[in-house]
Amino acid sequence: MSWLARYQQLRKLGVLGLNARNGSYIMRHNNRRLYPLVDDKILCKERLLSARIKVPVLIGTIATQHDAAHLLNRLQDHNEFVIKPANGSGGEGILVITSRRNKRWITSGGRMIDLDTLEHYVSNILNGMYSLGGHPDRAMIETLVHFDPVFANVTSQGVPDIRVIVFHGYPVMAMTRLPTRQSDGKANLHQGAVGAGIDISTGRTVNAVLQNANVDEHPDTGAKLTGFQIPDWQTLVDLSAKCYDAIPLGYLGVDIVLDRDLGPLVLELNARPGLNIQIANGAGLKPRLRAIEQHRNAAGKAVPATERVAIATELNQHGWQL
Amino acid sequence: MSRVPHWLVLVLILLVAGISATVYKISALGFPVTPDQLSDAWTVQARVHIRASGGPVKVNLQLPGNTPGFNRSNENFVSREFGLTVENERYGRDAEWARRRARGVHNLYYRATWFRAQTDTQITVRPDFPPVPSLPEPFATAANTLVEDVREHSADIASYTAEMLRRLNDNDPSQEIRLFLNSQEYGADHTSTAQLLLAGARIPSVQLTGIRLNSLERNAPLVRWLAIHNEQRWLYFDPASGDQALPEDFLLWSIGTDPLAQTSGAELLDTQITIQRNSLSSLDLAMQNANEKGSRLVEFSPLGLPLHAQNLYQMLLMIPLGALMIVFLRNVVGMRSFGTFMPVLIALAFRETRLLAGIILFLVVVGVGLLLRFYLERLRLLLVPRLAAVLTIVVILLIGVGVVSYQLNIEVGLSVALFPMVIIAMVIERMSISWEESGPRNALIEGAGSLVMAILAFLVMEQLLLRHLMLVFPELLLVVLAITIALGRYTGYRISELGRFRHLQHSADDANPATSRD
Repeated sequence: MSWLARYQQLRKLGVLGLNARNGSYIMRHNNRRLYPLVDDKILCKERLLSARIKVPVLIGTIATQHDAAHLLNRLQDHNEFVIKPANGSGGEGILVITSRRNKRWITSGGRMIDLDTLEHYVSNILNGMYSLGGHPDRAMIETLVHFDPVFANVTSQGVPDIRVIVFHGYPVMAMTRLPTRQSDGKANLHQGAVGAGIDISTGRTVNAVLQNANVDEHPDTGAKLTGFQIPDWQTLVDLSAKCYDAIPLGYLGVDIVLDRDLGPLVLELNARPGLNIQIANGAGLKPRLRAIEQHRNAAGKAVPATERVAIATELNQHGWQL
Repeated sequence: MSRVPHWLVLVLILLVAGISATVYKISALGFPVTPDQLSDAWTVQARVHIRASGGPVKVNLQLPGNTPGFNRSNENFVSREFGLTVENERYGRDAEWARRRARGVHNLYYRATWFRAQTDTQITVRPDFPPVPSLPEPFATAANTLVEDVREHSADIASYTAEMLRRLNDNDPSQEIRLFLNSQEYGADHTSTAQLLLAGARIPSVQLTGIRLNSLERNAPLVRWLAIHNEQRWLYFDPASGDQALPEDFLLWSIGTDPLAQTSGAELLDTQITIQRNSLSSLDLAMQNANEKGSRLVEFSPLGLPLHAQNLYQMLLMIPLGALMIVFLRNVVGMRSFGTFMPVLIALAFRETRLLAGIILFLVVVGVGLLLRFYLERLRLLLVPRLAAVLTIVVILLIGVGVVSYQLNIEVGLSVALFPMVIIAMVIERMSISWEESGPRNALIEGAGSLVMAILAFLVMEQLLLRHLMLVFPELLLVVLAITIALGRYTGYRISELGRFRHLQHSADDANPATSRD
């Protein structure tokens, strides 16, 4: 197929490209003032908590080298936890500890880590190794999420999560990111995790991709990837829509994990969510974004979260045609 | 979109401003579009050779005034011991050399350079209509007959003149013409006869005296030409053929039939005109041209700076083009690099090292630096000291390359000092982090992307034509700005995305026809 024909077909499919995402959606619908609230995961967590949105428990934050040197005191009672840079991007710099053996911790990837390594890791975070522009950063320690056992068949290592694109509070597209051995337990499509598109109305996976190509089975477990029902879907979409009320970014990516005991928890928000979700769904975002814009223009007033979800569900059933 | 978007208005304004200033400089001032375009220029020298007898001496030399098709530069006079005044006369200019007492043979020189220019200058002011000459019989009757007859056979002043000249030059002239040509008083030369007969129809005419620049002789002959005024402008005729034309290489020296030089108190031995053809860079000519026209565009442009400063400014002027290249590669092609404008800085460094050596240097320093950076990782240094350590390693590597290549007699080595060390250190740091975080593949893709973008930016910035254009027409920066702004509003797909989303197309083709409606 010629380049021009490809270009026109992408247009016809309503695929959102990076330039259009940045120029037509992020710049137009996201207030820059709100960026620190999502870029800094600690601030984000506080904001979400005050809006009564469930998030993984924060064990503590580390802001200084002095704190880092006394890391052990903080971690005495915890055998499993996650260390993250507060201003990390793209899932970089996240360390998942799943158990402890004597004086060493074991990462989700099975690596043994001693206290010295851990302290060095934290001080790298504080020095801004993972933050944009290398600014000094804070590290946060969170409780480890125990993902819902229904995911056991479609995940190897790590924690699967669910990404929902929320446009002005309306969920428009969703996918689940399933870690693989190749992705080293990370739920990051660039690093080799499987992405499975989810039908907004039903919570069932419709299509799955691995490294930009369609797959039917999980590469490690061999489980079928389409037709998989996400549990507690309604709660989950409602939760994603409510995030807009806490932080009103028009074009928002909401990352949610399903905890075995606590149900859906909001992991983090993203003001510049990626575009791979379209590949995972086998569909373009533009028709959906346009449908919501038209709907909003017609409605002319703010609508509560549950109602927004209902409207999005209905639009989805009608193929996003008003 | 019914309204024109704001950014588009801005882009159009910038485009119009930049392009119109450029076009003005090209068309009106003759700035060359391409570099090293040589224009023809002629150095013409007039030598007046006199023998003075001891008393006061005055020498007058007619000087070219307005010269259609040519502009003058570098005029000078060589006239030792003579005082000089130059005066504007009605029909041109006149130099007067004077000396209280002179004896013996003297040479007086006038020298100037002419170059071609699209000038629309009129040779002189519009003349009055000449009175109808009062001629004795039988000339009066013959003239009347001729005037009436030629008027019958012509439509306007130009064709009247052409017809009259044709008849004068006819191999078998009519009886009336023969009468004029054979007379002592009126038939001295065709041109004068023609003027007389043109005056009979009240057409103003002048004789032009000039030289053919292409004759390139030691003693260039004077050429006579005829100019008539048709009430709007001057028209030129070849008196020998009646063709309406002014030869391309005709340099008008004076108007009228007076001899070029006249003396009093001395004997005029000889007036000699020599022509020398030389080629000037057309940029020099355009700048002279602009100066003569009183245009200050040149003074207030990088060309008005001293030469050594111009080199620096030429480099500065190329940076926006390099940046535009980066914008294109990132937002339209979709390439990835470490650091936004890092490739531009690398490209600037390539200017010093030349391309091949620069690429090798980049690969060696980044490669070795990366290996050492992996080693540093094991020491668990804090971030800033680690960056400083990488920077130090980069400096050591560059100095090492410089010293070794100097010992091996490779010129390149000495220019490495200009390599942007801090930038290279940051590339190494980011590349190693990307290596650990996203795997070697990603790191190498971005590293290679940075290098390719640097090479492409370098190739654009090294284009001789572009460098010339930016230096001579710095207003093109407005055009660069306009294109950059327009690209900033490009929300179409990047070329890389056509590949990235290709599986989406396939799955959509067979699975999801509903979404393809739009």
